[in-house]
Amino acid sequence: MIELSRRQLLQGGLAGMLLGQGLGITAAHAEGSTVTIAFNVNLPSWDPTTGLSAVNPTIQAIYRSVFDQFIGQKPDLEFQPGLLTEWGWSDDKKQVWMKVREGVKWHDGSPFTAEDVVWSLERAGKMDGGNPIAFIWSKIGNFKVDGNKITADVLQFEPTLFKWMSFLTGYVMPKAYYEKVGAEGFEAKPIGTGPYMVDQFERNAFVRLKANPDYWGGKPAFETVVFKFVPDATSRVAEIESGSSDVTVDVPFEEYDRLKAKDGLGGVVTPVSDIGMIFLNNDGPMLDKNVRMAAAISIDKKAIVDKLLRGYATPISTLEAPEYVAFDPSIVVPYDPEKAKELLKASGFGPDNPVKFTIQTTRGLKPKDYEMVQAIVGMWRKVGIEAEIEVYEIAKHYELRAADKLAPAAFYNWGNAIGDPTTSTGFSMFGPSPHSVWNTDDLDGMIGPLWGEADEQKRIDGWKAVDKYIAENAYVIPLIQYQQPILFKKSIKVTPNVAGSPEPAQMSPA
Amino acid sequence: MPLSLILSRALSALVTLFGVMVVVFVLVRVVPGDPISMMISPGATDADIAALRAHYGLDLPIWQQFWIWFGQVLHGNLGTSISMKQGVLTIIAQRLPATLELAIFALTMAVIWGGFIALVSTAWRGTWAERVIDNFNGIMLAVPDFIWALTFVLVLGVLVPVLPISGRSDPSIDAGLATQFYILEGLLRGKFAFVWDVLKHMLLPACALAFPLAAVIGRVLKNTMMDVMVQDYITLARIKGLSSIRILLQEALRNAAVPALALTGVQFTFLIGGTVITERIFSYPGIGNLAIDAVINRDLPLIQGLVLTFGIIFIIVNMLVDALTVWLNPRLRHA
Repeated sequence: MIELSRRQLLQGGLAGMLLGQGLGITAAHAEGSTVTIAFNVNLPSWDPTTGLSAVNPTIQAIYRSVFDQFIGQKPDLEFQPGLLTEWGWSDDKKQVWMKVREGVKWHDGSPFTAEDVVWSLERAGKMDGGNPIAFIWSKIGNFKVDGNKITADVLQFEPTLFKWMSFLTGYVMPKAYYEKVGAEGFEAKPIGTGPYMVDQFERNAFVRLKANPDYWGGKPAFETVVFKFVPDATSRVAEIESGSSDVTVDVPFEEYDRLKAKDGLGGVVTPVSDIGMIFLNNDGPMLDKNVRMAAAISIDKKAIVDKLLRGYATPISTLEAPEYVAFDPSIVVPYDPEKAKELLKASGFGPDNPVKFTIQTTRGLKPKDYEMVQAIVGMWRKVGIEAEIEVYEIAKHYELRAADKLAPAAFYNWGNAIGDPTTSTGFSMFGPSPHSVWNTDDLDGMIGPLWGEADEQKRIDGWKAVDKYIAENAYVIPLIQYQQPILFKKSIKVTPNVAGSPEPAQMSPA
Repeated sequence: MPLSLILSRALSALVTLFGVMVVVFVLVRVVPGDPISMMISPGATDADIAALRAHYGLDLPIWQQFWIWFGQVLHGNLGTSISMKQGVLTIIAQRLPATLELAIFALTMAVIWGGFIALVSTAWRGTWAERVIDNFNGIMLAVPDFIWALTFVLVLGVLVPVLPISGRSDPSIDAGLATQFYILEGLLRGKFAFVWDVLKHMLLPACALAFPLAAVIGRVLKNTMMDVMVQDYITLARIKGLSSIRILLQEALRNAAVPALALTGVQFTFLIGGTVITERIFSYPGIGNLAIDAVINRDLPLIQGLVLTFGIIFIIVNMLVDALTVWLNPRLRHA
């Protein structure tokens, strides 16, 4: 038998007590003035204007916390003043003018000025500067500053210019600070004018932000925000269920339904500016309009939404979601499998002699992406389409798309946080764009003139006509508008954002 | 160890590293997924795409790109990350300490736990206890590390939330350390509360990595100990009246450990590889987690730098194991 001395007993008891205390402390985290968000992507870079991260819609929630955009955007996508309080075109559309907000400070205390705006726009417009949207920013130049008013020449008319100022890469950067510390220095210690300042950043782990007390839009409700980078969905579910995090996004719908029913947790699902679609390539069997139409009208989108996505999506007939400015509810692609069979029969196909092609898809990149394609392939089989599923990574999709080598059908998603038709129908369907797949002169001829159309109503009507033409010819198969599940502790009030990135500045204690 | 042997091993290591560099460089350029395609704008023209490709040096022939990179590596420059816009060496240096601390912690746990399993199983050989231990060991061996990781997240993170399941430390704590070696520097600077917090965050991912390795160590060590226990010198020790525990620990273990040690070194390299998925599941900010994002983003310089880093770690570990094996077994010193 082992004998213990009194000293050993006391030491063991103390160790046990400390262990228990330590383990107990672990499960809790600071509440009250801190909100912890289990976030679904990592943050590769602090520069919101260059590189891959600048065009990642999800990361914008972090960028908008630290930086301000030229023009602001409300959660319902409506535009509002940002660092520009007023803006517009000259009557002849040959110039733009902008009024810069006064009394704003950078996080280091230095004043924000019109020079920062000019420098940011010039930097963004450099074609070799690494800004993926330089092709928009480069359309204005020759900036002049007069007090807090900026004017610039329109080098090429771009009707969506001001919309892009609240979209990807549309952020104002600190001229003096950036020139002083350089790109690497800015990555190490970024500053903005936004509602939060960067307190601590541990790559692939977390970023801790603290409230900007001098924020021009009013100090945010939470003093501290922690974005924990938790890319794994299972781990995000665990984070919110264990109480380690207060808010999380993009959990599987089954888990969302289970967790929002738990005590202390709430949830909201909101349609976002992201759609699921099937690109069709003008090649092989897709050159036959009957095949394309049959493929489009034999998909029971409602069944997919109800059974696969638990009702958390909206069927769509065009590439414009209901919140977009060119949405036309009169354009409807019906579900008519019998008509699909007739069309295929007219082209010599049927269930006994199916038309065959490959459909490419990612697996796990978007909610139920692969499962949706599986369901669609099953629906197609019943009418006389035999599609073989090829799974690939998103990187391969981009490579094949840029080289115009995608399969006859390829599943993809498309985000559009400014809701303008150029950034959905336009870039995805205009042949010369490296992001499009369908490439025919008839469609390019319809779209081409719309890029520079100065009459806004004529421009929107033109895009609606394009969408109708696309639907009548089934040049693409729009499927659903995504909805984003957000889970949160009931002690937090969360304002969902149609852009798909709930922002901590719009959260408050319940 | 003779100088000639050391030089021979060093040369062999360099040749191995060169081979790793060639393989990873070519592989990331021939597998599907072009980094340029991922970053071109919707309004980009063919000229814009060509300019972007030239900007990243991807318009040159592969062999030319390789020699440029090889020359940079010789000067300590691993290039600039396409996605993170920082030097690859800087990024890896920031994240490598996290993986090293995790791997060493996991290895320590594996050696202790595996050794304990082997000793207890040997001490209780022929009894029902040995069978129970062997079965439990079999489960630990059969279940891969990422399944252990998910199990720990569910059981100890959600069902009975006693340990943190993400990150390396509590985000609300600012320890003010100068390096990324949190445990080492934390201990040296007396920040024990912070070290304790880091250990708590590390425990679950370390256990996930350690369990399969502990099972291997336990099985191999037990087998070698069983061979040793029937040797004449063990019989002599019993006759001399030495206690069972002393025979086990001082006579048997010392002789049985060498083969297990060599295998541990090899298995440790697999453990390092296992950090990729385990770090992802626990959102642990090491180079494994970094590697996944690098591959998703087709960040070629970062992928190359990470694979080179893994290669160097493997080579160093194997060299250390060889040296330790020779030190423990005098018969090998003159082999």
